[in-house]
Amino acid sequence: MRAIISDHLHLEGALLPILHALQNACGRIPQEATPLIADALNISKAEVHGVISFYHDFREVPAGRHVVKICRAEACQAVGGNALAEAALARLGVEWHGTTGNGAVTLEPVYCLGLCACGPAAMVDGKVHGRVDEVRMAKLLAEAGA
Amino acid sequence: MKIYVPMDSAAKALGADDVAAAIIAEAASRGLEIELIRNGTRGMIWLEPLVEIDRGAGRVGYGPVLPADVPALLDGTLKGLGRVEQIPFFARQTRLTFARCGVTDPLNLDDYQAHGGLAGLRRAAGLSSTEIVEEVTQSGLRGRGGAGFPTGIKWNTVRQAEADQKYIVCNADEGDSGTFADRVIMEGDPFCLIEGMAIAGLGVGATKGYIYLRSEYPDAIRVMQEAVRIARANGVLGADVLGAGRAFDMEIRVGAGAYVCGEETSLLNSLEGKRGVVRAKPPLPALQGFLGKPTVVNNVISLATVPVILEKGAQHYADFGLGRSRGTIPVQIAGNVKHGGLFETAFGMPLGELVLDIAGGTASGRPVKAVQVGGPLGAYMPLERFDTPFGYEEFDGAGGLIGHAGMVVFDDSADMLQMARFAMEFCAVESCGKCTPCRIGAVRGVETIDRIAAGDPGAIPLLTDLCETMTDGSLCALGGFTPYPVMSALTHFPEDFATAKEAAE
Repeated sequence: MRAIISDHLHLEGALLPILHALQNACGRIPQEATPLIADALNISKAEVHGVISFYHDFREVPAGRHVVKICRAEACQAVGGNALAEAALARLGVEWHGTTGNGAVTLEPVYCLGLCACGPAAMVDGKVHGRVDEVRMAKLLAEAGA
Repeated sequence: MKIYVPMDSAAKALGADDVAAAIIAEAASRGLEIELIRNGTRGMIWLEPLVEIDRGAGRVGYGPVLPADVPALLDGTLKGLGRVEQIPFFARQTRLTFARCGVTDPLNLDDYQAHGGLAGLRRAAGLSSTEIVEEVTQSGLRGRGGAGFPTGIKWNTVRQAEADQKYIVCNADEGDSGTFADRVIMEGDPFCLIEGMAIAGLGVGATKGYIYLRSEYPDAIRVMQEAVRIARANGVLGADVLGAGRAFDMEIRVGAGAYVCGEETSLLNSLEGKRGVVRAKPPLPALQGFLGKPTVVNNVISLATVPVILEKGAQHYADFGLGRSRGTIPVQIAGNVKHGGLFETAFGMPLGELVLDIAGGTASGRPVKAVQVGGPLGAYMPLERFDTPFGYEEFDGAGGLIGHAGMVVFDDSADMLQMARFAMEFCAVESCGKCTPCRIGAVRGVETIDRIAAGDPGAIPLLTDLCETMTDGSLCALGGFTPYPVMSALTHFPEDFATAKEAAE
């Protein structure tokens, strides 16, 4: 962790790049990182915690093995995004941000993937999918091991 | 034989990577020599994956292509769309900002230059900073992020500011639903944005730039990072831009999923490594922006339009448009539409023509009920407002805003009370929490709309009053503009707010 932090210290506004790098490496922002970052950037631990908690992307608890994001924004709603999302939540038996019991899938809402002309849209571990219907979503979830 | 398969993420989302792999495999099995190019998208998303084949007589389109279509595609027996440039949706556009998008290989700098790339920066390198800013001012370019502030005036403020360091910050936090123009150009013509930022740097005397790019766009991040690396390796960026003796370099920074960071002051805080909380203005970012230094904060499309202005001259650009809205605007047609995609056109086309003619009406085949223009903070425009010409002042006069020029079409199954509720819910989720009207108002807004839905007639004036408070009292556009979708839904579609009440009675 110390190496990741010190790799970014030359940047202007280093905190977000540090947090992204830590999360890429560890799958979450480990609690032990907060005092190390605070010390390296000469800011308070409260400030570091404030930044981590402000942004939707940063997690202190690890996600499932796969992260499925379903777009909830208006353009996807206009083509059945809500029904798709409801069906996915029901199928997995989780709430938003929840992880399936077997640890395979975390389901998250996302507000716009920029695929507004081919919605409903979803993203599985950074790979985008357009015109997702319930059958397709069931297939994606099954592939992810849910 | 050249074959083009887009690498745009909308095309990928519809299977472009599988199609490209199938083409390579099929060509190899036939011993057929092909050159496969991963271009950007032409913007006709309903045709994606749109494969183009150049057999020496122009580019012929096929789409949507499935992997199973590939044998017929290579046989020449697959039914085509004809010359891509002659597809009506494409032929009716005026492509200035997006002239190269979909045409070239996005990461090929030679290809970029062969299609007019770097001509603007070369011209700018021979001009003084005053002349560069004057050119942008004369073009009439206004902030394409939504606010519509004249770009030249902003640049001039930064140019005149005295400082040891100035910055160009590109706002690529395109979070509005229904908008994807920033993504399309970053994935389809990234050098154009880099060139625009370099020109901005020369114009105002800034040597360092940042693109604040949202994390929801992993493909755009990858393409932009690679493009910056190539530009630096070829002397487009660095200590001596194009050998002109002036320095400009830039970095890509990734956001972390906060919608409010699309607001410029919140973006600057985020870029500095802080919570994305809105700053009060003044001081203007032009004078005290990133790290307190004079900073140009412009949207992707504003900056990506600068090269063509410098290349063809301010007057060429200003000759397009309507009233005080000069030049072209990339309209993004989305939601429940037959022909969704990106349509760059001169300002002035009526909304109805875009929705009913260009977009071909709804995909569901049901009647259009409403169109939300300008993202989640834009008004729902009813059919009665379809004569409104696409322009900043014209939309303002019709009770709406063009924002980032995204259009989300809804058919008659849409429940406008639910859409109004969603607008408040979204504001509550995404509020930075600094000002009370936004932080508390949005929560109360959801509750008040639920009361209306439950049949409480007294809640409607309360909602109106709440919206006025949010409009007048919020620090930024998130709280300040959320009343646009809410009040437009209530005003134009009162029946959706009345049914529950009548049922209760």
